Amino acid sequence: MHVDALIAPLLNGSAQGALLLLAALGLSLTFGQMGVINMAHGEFLMIGAFAAYLVQQVITASDLSIPVALPVAFVVAGLFGLLLEVTIIQWMYRRPLDTLLVTVGVGLILQQAALHIFPSQGVPVEKPSWLDGQLSILGYQWPFRQLFTILLASVCVAALAAWLKYTSFGRRIRATVHNRDLAETSGISTRTVDRLTFFTGSGLAGVAGVAASLIGGTNSQMGAQYIIPAFLVVAAGGIGQLKGTIVAAWAVGVALAYFAYWTTGSLAQVLAFILVIVFLQVRPQGLFTVRTRSLV
Amino acid sequence: MTKLKPWISLGGIGVFAFLLLGVAPLVLTDHWINNLGKYCCWAIVAVGIGLAWGRGGMLVMGQGVFFALGAYAMAMHLTLETAGDRIPGFMVLYDPLAPLPAFWEPFRSAGFTLLAIVLLPVIVSGILGYALFKRRVKGAYFAILSQALAVALATLISSTIRQTGGDTGLSDFKYFFGFVLNDPANKLLVYLIAAGLLVVCLLAVWQLYRSRFGELLVATRDAEERVRFLGYDPANVKLVAFVASALMASIGGAMFVPIVGIITPAEIGAAASILMIAGVALGGRASLFGPALGAMAVGWGQSSLGSTWPDGWTYILGLLFIVVILFLPNGLSSLPARFAAARRSPAPPPPTPAAAAAELEGVRS
Repeated sequence: MHVDALIAPLLNGSAQGALLLLAALGLSLTFGQMGVINMAHGEFLMIGAFAAYLVQQVITASDLSIPVALPVAFVVAGLFGLLLEVTIIQWMYRRPLDTLLVTVGVGLILQQAALHIFPSQGVPVEKPSWLDGQLSILGYQWPFRQLFTILLASVCVAALAAWLKYTSFGRRIRATVHNRDLAETSGISTRTVDRLTFFTGSGLAGVAGVAASLIGGTNSQMGAQYIIPAFLVVAAGGIGQLKGTIVAAWAVGVALAYFAYWTTGSLAQVLAFILVIVFLQVRPQGLFTVRTRSLV
Repeated sequence: MTKLKPWISLGGIGVFAFLLLGVAPLVLTDHWINNLGKYCCWAIVAVGIGLAWGRGGMLVMGQGVFFALGAYAMAMHLTLETAGDRIPGFMVLYDPLAPLPAFWEPFRSAGFTLLAIVLLPVIVSGILGYALFKRRVKGAYFAILSQALAVALATLISSTIRQTGGDTGLSDFKYFFGFVLNDPANKLLVYLIAAGLLVVCLLAVWQLYRSRFGELLVATRDAEERVRFLGYDPANVKLVAFVASALMASIGGAMFVPIVGIITPAEIGAAASILMIAGVALGGRASLFGPALGAMAVGWGQSSLGSTWPDGWTYILGLLFIVVILFLPNGLSSLPARFAAARRSPAPPPPTPAAAAAELEGVRS
C-alpha cells in the first residue's frame, strides 16, 4: 500500500472535520451554553453560503469576494439567529425539547424560501484563485481549499475561545451559564446575554456556510446534511466543552474519510453514525465533562 | 387538562371504529378508501409516538427506522411472492446471474414475515432502548440519536441498490398473502385490516393509559428522579413504552406497503420521521385520539396538498410546527379544556404541580 493512500484520508478527513467543527461550533454555543436545540442551525449555514453567493454578485472579483463574504455571512446569519431568538426562542427557555420541534419548522420554512428565491439546482460560488494550488505532503497533493477550511476553523475556534475567556461579554456568558439567577442579581442582563450568544452561534453557522460553499454545492438542501453530524459532534464532545467539540469533530471527520476510503461514501456515513452512538453508550456525557453534583 | 372518563373514551373508540370500519367502506370511493388506509398506517405510527412522546416524554424522532423494519419485511415478502420461483426483477436488472441475498431467503415464508414484523422492531428497540435508558440518555440526546439512526438507515438502504432496491425502493407487488392486490375487493380487505389494527392500537393504549403502568409512565415523564427515589427503575418504564411504540411503527409500516404499493428510503428518512411527529404535535401528544386524528390530518395534507401545491404545503408544515408547539403544546385536543378554563376564570390558572415539576426537570436536564 502506498503512503499517500493512507495519508490522503487523514488529510481529507481533517478538512472534513474542520468543516464539521465550524458547523458544530455555533451549536456548541447555543446548545451547550443555552440549552437551546436549534435544528435550523443547518439552514443558517445555508444562509451563509447564499450570502457568499450574493456578495459575489456585487464584488465580481472572486479573489476579493470570499474574504468580504466571511464577515457578511457571519452578520447575516447572526441576524437571522437574533430574529429567531427574539420572535420564538425566548418564550421557550423552559421547554428545551420543544425548541427542537419549533426550529424544525423554522428550518423547513427557510429551506422552502431558499428554494423559492434561488434556482432549485443551487447556485455556483466561485472559488478564489488563491485556493487553486496544492501542497505536496509525502507525495500527496493536498488542495489549498482544504487547508483553508482548517485554517478558518482554527481562527474561529481561537477567536471564540478568546472572546469567551477574556472579554467582558464572554465573562457574562459564562456567568449566565453557571448560575443564571445569580448572574441576574449581579446586574448582568441575561436577556442581552442570551441574544448575543444566539447571534454569535448563528453567525458562526454563516461562516461555516461560506466554507461549505467552497467545498460542496450551494443549494437549499445543504444545511440538512450538516445538522445531524454537527449535533452528534457536539454530543460526543461533551456539552459546553470547546475542546471536546474540536476533538470529536476531527475524529468524526477522519473516521468518515477512512470509512469512505475502505467502503463507500454513504456506508461511511452509516458507520460514523454508529460509531458515535456506540461511543455515547460508553460515555453518555461526551469526551470531556464538567463534574457537577446534580442528579442528571 | 380535564381528563375524559375512561368509559367515554372507550365509547369514542367505538364510534371511531364504526366510522372507519362500517361507514367509510360504504360511502367512500376505492380511491379514497386507499388513501384512508394510508392515513390509518400513519395514524398507527402516531399512536405509538403519542405513547412514547406524549406520555413518556421521549421525543422519538426516528420512528422511520421501525416503520422501515415492518415495511421492508412486508415488501420483501410481497416481492418474493410476486416473483415466485424467480429472482426479483430489480436484482436481475443489475446482474442477471445474481443470487438472492441470504437475508431475503426466510422472507419467502409468510409466517416468518409476520413474525419478523413483530419481533424485529421489538428486538431492535429493546436493545437500543435498554442501552440508552440504562445510561440515562434522554431529552435532546435521545431525539438526535434516534433521528441519526433514521438518517443512517435511509442512507444504507439508498446505497444498497442491489439488495434493497435503493432509492427506487420496492414496488409492483401483485399478491398479498395469496390475494390478488389489484382486485378492489382485496384492496378493501387490506384497508379493513389496517383500520382494524388502528382500532386495536387505540384500545391497547387506552388500556395502558388507565393502568398503573400508564400512571408510572406519566410520572416518569414529569419527575424521573422522584420515580427513581420511590423505588422504580424509570429505564424499564420507558423501555416498555418505547418498545410498544416501535412495534406500532412497524405494524404501520407493514400495512403501508400493500396499501401504497411502494416503499422507498424517502418514506423512512429524517423528513418522513419528522412528518410522523407533526401529526402527533398537531393532534395533541398526550391525548388518546389526538395523535391518530392529527396524523390523519397531516397525512391528508401531505398526499393532497403535498402533490398539488408542494411549496405551500412545506410552508404550512413549517408554520404548523411553530404555531402548535409555541402556543398549543398539547395540540388541538387541549383547546376545549382551554376554552372551558378561560370561561371559568379570566385570570390565567396557576401552574399545576405536575407542570412545575416538569419545568424543574427540564431546567436541570
